[in-house]
Amino acid sequence: MDRPSQRLIRLDLEQQTLREVNDFLHQRLPHEFAGGEMPRVEILNPNGRHNVAVGLDTPVEVDILGHAGYFIAGMNKAARVTVHGNVGWSVAENIMSGTVRVKGCASECAGASGRGGLLVIEGDASSRCGISLKGSDIVVAGSVGHMAAFMAQAGTLVVCGDAGAGLGDSLYEAVLYVRGQIAGLGADARIEPLSAPDHQRLTRLLAAAGLPHAPQEFQRVGSARNLYHWHADRGGAYG
Amino acid sequence: MCGIVGFLAKDAALQDTLGEFLVPMLTCMGERGPDSAGLAVFSAPLPASKRRFSLWTRDWHFDWASLGRRLAADTGAQADLGPLENHAILISTVPVGLLHAWLDQQFPGVHLLSAGRSIDLYKDEGHPAEIARRYEFSRLAGTHGIGHTRMATESAVSPAHAHPFTAGEDFCLVHNGSLSNPCSIRRRLEKQGIAFETDNDTEAACRFLEWRMTGGETLEQALAAAFKELDGFYTLLMATTDRMVLVRDRFACKPAVVAETAAYVAVGSEYRALAHLPDIRHARLFEPAPEQIYSWTAPASA
Repeated sequence: MDRPSQRLIRLDLEQQTLREVNDFLHQRLPHEFAGGEMPRVEILNPNGRHNVAVGLDTPVEVDILGHAGYFIAGMNKAARVTVHGNVGWSVAENIMSGTVRVKGCASECAGASGRGGLLVIEGDASSRCGISLKGSDIVVAGSVGHMAAFMAQAGTLVVCGDAGAGLGDSLYEAVLYVRGQIAGLGADARIEPLSAPDHQRLTRLLAAAGLPHAPQEFQRVGSARNLYHWHADRGGAYG
Repeated sequence: MCGIVGFLAKDAALQDTLGEFLVPMLTCMGERGPDSAGLAVFSAPLPASKRRFSLWTRDWHFDWASLGRRLAADTGAQADLGPLENHAILISTVPVGLLHAWLDQQFPGVHLLSAGRSIDLYKDEGHPAEIARRYEFSRLAGTHGIGHTRMATESAVSPAHAHPFTAGEDFCLVHNGSLSNPCSIRRRLEKQGIAFETDNDTEAACRFLEWRMTGGETLEQALAAAFKELDGFYTLLMATTDRMVLVRDRFACKPAVVAETAAYVAVGSEYRALAHLPDIRHARLFEPAPEQIYSWTAPASA
């Protein structure tokens, strides 16, 4: 590892254990650089390991150089984490704030149950992207697989490519924008007209993600809210 | 949770070291399945008159030479044995049905793990790293191989419940997931006279596919039927004499990652099982889509 006085710190997962790397990011880094300028941290040789850079709560910039495994940057708060490769399941799960960017593709459950912050996937995300979303913004430059934004409660999912089957099934108040084809909407999800606030939201998120698309190229998907309430008419269905 | 791995050498130069590629993959996936493990390896087919049989017994001091002599004496068939403690590869002209019946009578403690012209199979209880050492997986050569690391959820931990499962000849299957209707599939097949060796759900899937193929279907047609008939979660990796075939169920909640280069195709439950393969940085990496059939053919052996 480089001396802490340097602006760039390299941590190598072939040389150090995952616990040591995460412990450095959690404990030593905020302590040693308290009140000063944070260094940038590079993590080498992730080689598909899980749980890299989880639980960060310091405004530090972290670059993971290579493909990583499950739960990368989970529960992220304030940090800016970039993965220069693909990630496995549940990247940025329960993200609170900050930014997580994946330069490659993400496997399933990207950004699951995130409460704040921004997740950008530059490639594709597979199934269940943004499942149970609770306030984060997710921008996928490519396409998403089936059951994206299942039971998403708040926040935004922007898909610049296509969306798989069952998009927005059992959606609450999260809003989805899709630029390409939608293979099928899930229960209670519906296409809605784009309004001025949608244009503003899309413009802001596309700029934050660094994508060139125009807001009017997207369709908005929201909840029809038919599953919100008990229908007395259907009482007979339960005998 | 279980782990699956597979490796198919497109470049014949990689065939001699097939086991060296597969052992770290299997060991890594031991974190997903530490109970038991297995590996099937396929090599150039024997002439049509001969079969390779993988035999297993609990007895580490079993007298394989004596089994070979008695088989030759009782059946008149050639019997060449390659023993490794409690496991042996038998190469013989004896028909598979006759061998099965003969073993049941003469050596009920010896189990037939696989039969065919190109398949060798090893599986046992224990940590995958230990099983790889016990059966010297790193020395195995062949065109392609598939392996499994098991974390049992629905039936016992035993050598017989370990994967790969086989049915018929030169066909085997490993499974990550669980099926909800193996008993009804099994009852249907048993009515057709198909015998089961365990109560394991994966065996039901394996015998279902082989039953469809025996009826004249291709593996693709059998899998199309399986998509309708198998209820549950599965990533299935299968191998035949010259192919490695991968499918995921419609929910695709059991993982798989594929890495393909000009020299090989590798499959793992997770990327970390593939991370140390040669030239992985330039491999085409992808996650298989739900209910898509992915098939790779091995070039003829060198």
